[in-house]
Amino acid sequence: MELSRREFLKASGMGMGGVFLFGMFDPELAQAQVPRLLPLKKKIGEKSTICPYDASGCGFLVAAVNGKVVNIEGDPDHPINRGGACAKGASMRQLSADNPWRLSKVLYRAPGGNQWQEKSWEWALNEIARRIKDTRDANFTERNDTGQLVNRTEAIANLGGSALDNEECYLLAKLTRALGVVYLEHHARI
Amino acid sequence: MAEKAILYDPTRCTACRGCQAGCKQWNENDEFIPTVENGVDATNWGSYENPPDLAPNTWLKMEFREVEAGGRVRWLFTRRACMHCTDAGCVKVCPSGALYHHELGFVAYDKDICTGCGYCVDACPFNVPRTDRNLLTGVAKMDKCTLCTTPGLDRIAEGWLPACVKTCPPKALMYGNRDELLAEGKARVAALQAKGWVNANLYGENELDGLHVMYVLDDQPAVYGLPVAPQVSPTVVAWQDVIQPLGWALGGLTLIGLGLNYIVAREAKMAKELPPQKEEK
Amino acid sequence: MTNHWNDIANSDCMLAIGSNPAENHPAAFGHITEAKEKGAKLISVDPRFTRTSAKADIYCPLRSGTDIAFIGGMIKYVLDDIERNPGNYNLTYIKEYTNAPYLINTSYKGPAELEGLFSGYVGSHNETDGGKRKYDTASWQFQLDQNGIPKRDMSLKSKNCVFQLMKQHFARYTPEKVSQITGAPVDTFREICRTFAATGQVGKAGTIMYAMGTTQHTYGAQNIRSYCILQLLLGNIGVAGGGINAMRGESNVQGSTDHCLLFHILPGYLKVPVNTDSSLDTYLKRATPTSNDPKSANWWQHTPKYVVSLLKAWYGNSATRSNQFGFHYLPKIEVGKNYSHIALFEAMDAGVIKGLMVWGQNPAVGGPNAELECRAMGKLDWMVAADMWHTETANFWRRPGVKAADIKTEVFLLPALCSFEKEGSVTNSGRLSQWRYKCADGPGNAMDDLWMMDWLARKLKALYASEGGPNAEAITNLDWNYGAGHPDVHAVAKEINGYDLTTGELLPSFGKLKDDGTTTSGNWLYCASYTEEGNMAARRDLTPGPFNIGLFPKFAWCWPVNRRIIYNRASVDLNGIPWDKEQPVIWWQDGKWVGDVPDGGWPPMAVDPENTKYPFIMKPEGHARVFGPGMAEGPLPEHYEPWESPIQNPMSKQHNNPAFKIWRPEEQGTPDKYPYVCTTYRLCEHWQGGQMTRNMPWVIEMMPEPFVEMSEELAAEKGIANGEKVIVESTRGKVTVKAIVTKRFKPFQLNGTRVHQVGLPWHWGFVGLSTGDSANSLTPHVGDANTMIPEYKAFLVNIRKA
Repeated sequence: MELSRREFLKASGMGMGGVFLFGMFDPELAQAQVPRLLPLKKKIGEKSTICPYDASGCGFLVAAVNGKVVNIEGDPDHPINRGGACAKGASMRQLSADNPWRLSKVLYRAPGGNQWQEKSWEWALNEIARRIKDTRDANFTERNDTGQLVNRTEAIANLGGSALDNEECYLLAKLTRALGVVYLEHHARI
Repeated sequence: MAEKAILYDPTRCTACRGCQAGCKQWNENDEFIPTVENGVDATNWGSYENPPDLAPNTWLKMEFREVEAGGRVRWLFTRRACMHCTDAGCVKVCPSGALYHHELGFVAYDKDICTGCGYCVDACPFNVPRTDRNLLTGVAKMDKCTLCTTPGLDRIAEGWLPACVKTCPPKALMYGNRDELLAEGKARVAALQAKGWVNANLYGENELDGLHVMYVLDDQPAVYGLPVAPQVSPTVVAWQDVIQPLGWALGGLTLIGLGLNYIVAREAKMAKELPPQKEEK
Repeated sequence: MTNHWNDIANSDCMLAIGSNPAENHPAAFGHITEAKEKGAKLISVDPRFTRTSAKADIYCPLRSGTDIAFIGGMIKYVLDDIERNPGNYNLTYIKEYTNAPYLINTSYKGPAELEGLFSGYVGSHNETDGGKRKYDTASWQFQLDQNGIPKRDMSLKSKNCVFQLMKQHFARYTPEKVSQITGAPVDTFREICRTFAATGQVGKAGTIMYAMGTTQHTYGAQNIRSYCILQLLLGNIGVAGGGINAMRGESNVQGSTDHCLLFHILPGYLKVPVNTDSSLDTYLKRATPTSNDPKSANWWQHTPKYVVSLLKAWYGNSATRSNQFGFHYLPKIEVGKNYSHIALFEAMDAGVIKGLMVWGQNPAVGGPNAELECRAMGKLDWMVAADMWHTETANFWRRPGVKAADIKTEVFLLPALCSFEKEGSVTNSGRLSQWRYKCADGPGNAMDDLWMMDWLARKLKALYASEGGPNAEAITNLDWNYGAGHPDVHAVAKEINGYDLTTGELLPSFGKLKDDGTTTSGNWLYCASYTEEGNMAARRDLTPGPFNIGLFPKFAWCWPVNRRIIYNRASVDLNGIPWDKEQPVIWWQDGKWVGDVPDGGWPPMAVDPENTKYPFIMKPEGHARVFGPGMAEGPLPEHYEPWESPIQNPMSKQHNNPAFKIWRPEEQGTPDKYPYVCTTYRLCEHWQGGQMTRNMPWVIEMMPEPFVEMSEELAAEKGIANGEKVIVESTRGKVTVKAIVTKRFKPFQLNGTRVHQVGLPWHWGFVGLSTGDSANSLTPHVGDANTMIPEYKAFLVNIRKA
């Protein structure tokens, strides 16, 4: 969700109350207005996201300038984490494109090769589609040993999904089933 | 203006270290630990606690302590960062005036005029400030927690919670008016005592005329690695109360040791418009 | 989770067993803290003293893999206490909402009579013949009356009623026996029994929070069943602050499970077709449960509507009544054959699998017996890996100790975008689906997985259209229209929700789905997530909701139909009045339900006996199963030792679970060579296979390398000092890691035998910024008898100084 700066500040005030046990505490007082001295070098964040780590589903705010992340911190208006973040969540900015270890190119390793080669998307996806089709067609079981119609291939396996979005999981389930894949697993068991 | 403070309640802390990472993230502090790629092996030294020490780019670190008493094991977590003392040895000893009391009570500093002399390191009863020297320029600087008042990264001026407090999931950290937090802290101590924690105490109410980071402790401060009755050492007091009033001339011998850096930095600083809050001081 | 994260704050007692929320669900720990501040007790039961234990009111150690003994002892305490102090328990709940009054076939016999086995076992004790390691479950079934409805004895006195069979079964789980098996001190165990059983009172709520420490055993499903039985006897399911809460480990593992990227289910937990399903009708007949009881909602009776709507979503106009809505386009698995993770890698090792696609997963680190799984990858012709990082899986061909030239597998490594560089939804552990936005650009040529899948699907459709191939229509007829450029993620989300084909409108809920081909829904559970009113997962309204129990009903969207606490019709009495009036979930007021979305809108059982339904609507009988005749290794949980165990089973002469599959008997370690129990786990600072966090300097500096934790006693025996390098070895492999010598591990005293346990985090591998040996080099290729989830948590190792 995108919030205007004003809405955002207003909303954030709600999240700052903290949990005071003994006695009332006015968050407004705690945040008494201090004259603004210098402009912030970086934004707090105005677009919301959900943490990519565990399944708590904590909310975060991402600030980016020209597409580049400058700050990520907990979303104070999120009911689950209420602005909080663990070590991983608080470090989330290091997942961004600035991390030099992120993959930025399509890579290919040839049979027996000892290094990666850079490739184009088009080449790689065409080759992959070709491998899928050839492997499937050469190893397709239309009928099992007893003659029952089974329309499956046991030669292609698919792993993964819990790091994907729902829409990606769904399309992957749809595509793999259409191909007849039965060795289909993800992180639910491991 | 009312003094502000942080109240840290280790009985709530789970040592998830969101604060430790959140501090670095907001304050643009790089990782401390060296990696295989840059030539130094990363190490585990037999503890969950890491990096091994505070550093110019590690202003806050969580400490892990295992204690066993009466057959019961406890794993205690302590926040280690600047305590923002009222009677602050570092401020007293700072020859450049880089370290100062923020109007809200914290010990802030102006990195531009810091000379990296390191006196504050020796003067701190909590052993918090750290200095390093840039090998290329030779310029040395001290760094420590500014309670998120670093110019350009001043969350407090923006009306925001300090990065560590904001990050804390179990609300083991709170930020607010010091007198209110004092009352809250005392109530928590009373609740702990009622539960049988006879040694429970509020650390920081009176220590060094009042800290701006106070701890709700269920046991003696020493159990949590905190100094009992911390004091600014007499030599530090001498610097502040005796030498400084005599004027810069008498301190000349010391000044020589500070080198050209200091003078250049100070002049540069003087030429700049100071933030209004400093002029009130 | 039956409940959700915010609801934990409503609890009176929280039992964290097989889980470590302070480290693995740290930000959600705030709700546990909130409950504690209101006076709730936190109990941590764990082989090691964790950061959760550090915050617990009561900590109790137990040897890895002995949950059933521990919980069995708690169940015995509750069953005995119900007799002594019936007023402290909700007997109406037990009698009316669970199958405790059901009568079981008279031929049923339990482990108390059969030395650790249930009636119907095909083999004999400690059977090694895989074909005989199974049960004929006929004797476990319910007695039915002349109308085919299960018989009940509401007095709970009959010898063959479930309540009495449970008493007989759990009588053997005395505190002393529990202690002999688990190593838990008897006094601590008794204190936990008293504390948690106090939530059995009407109006009190206790929650059990579990995770992979529970599930990853050869009897993981029975561990969970033991928790369920305890919670049902205490009336803790369906109420605020209660429930049985699986805290899941990946941001969208709930969603990927809901969409069923799993061999045995289709999206929405629909049964997968098998070889004997010769037609759609045959399949639907097998897959749709029936009930003769008019008071049972038997929700799965709607299966045909969900299946046909799914086929319509996938095959559109090509799915017609005349072609059985495209049923035969779908693959059918072989009855009795397993295709899960372990089986998959065994098939790969056997050369059956030739191509592998991996999306953001890292089995070379995360898979059990990881070196075996890497060897198996070397038998592939090709692998496609989509990831944000170089992973050990994509780089398996250059792992230490192998020659790249010998490995003929082609590998395509596709650079993927991260969570905040693309748009879509993820579902958390509380079934809450939340929309994420594109906030920043990715690096270089990295693309989102949705785009890759769309590209591949369109290419494959074109290839099959031009070249043909076996069952080509399954691909060419696939309804795949998400735009010509970048696929429209909203179009996909709408397809998941589903349409009324007669009006073209998005459906408001799965209640509108039909089996006649006039509706579509890619996943019936998500029908109501994206309606004509908009994208429900994107909602941000912080209205706390009815009764102030933190439901936040307008914040994002939760399945099913935005019901935040499932089985909530068990939270009220027979008149629809909440057991807990301070924290109600739903309430029958003025002829209608108020509060959370009720589990079906039927009137309460005593208000309108004609039109009411029982509250456990997903079970064909309508009652929660404290007795579960559908399980592989018995209808009640029985303690067995892990596959690798340091002692003989003190409970019976049946040593291990009698029904799990043993893949590699030669790899079983024995205590003479491998005397120490080992477990694996995660840390707050790292995540899963580590490909994310081992490339993030801020967390690497906190946890720079792998380690093994051990007690001071074991370290002294072995002459190991804190921080020294040690070798940990199992029959599968060995790792060299740092030692953390800690007071937080203690040797167990098991019936006079001293047993040591050690533990390792498993995040590391040989690729990335932070590298180290993976603990999964040690873990075995054995899995749960029901789910095939691998045994990661209890196995045997030896250790020595490096």
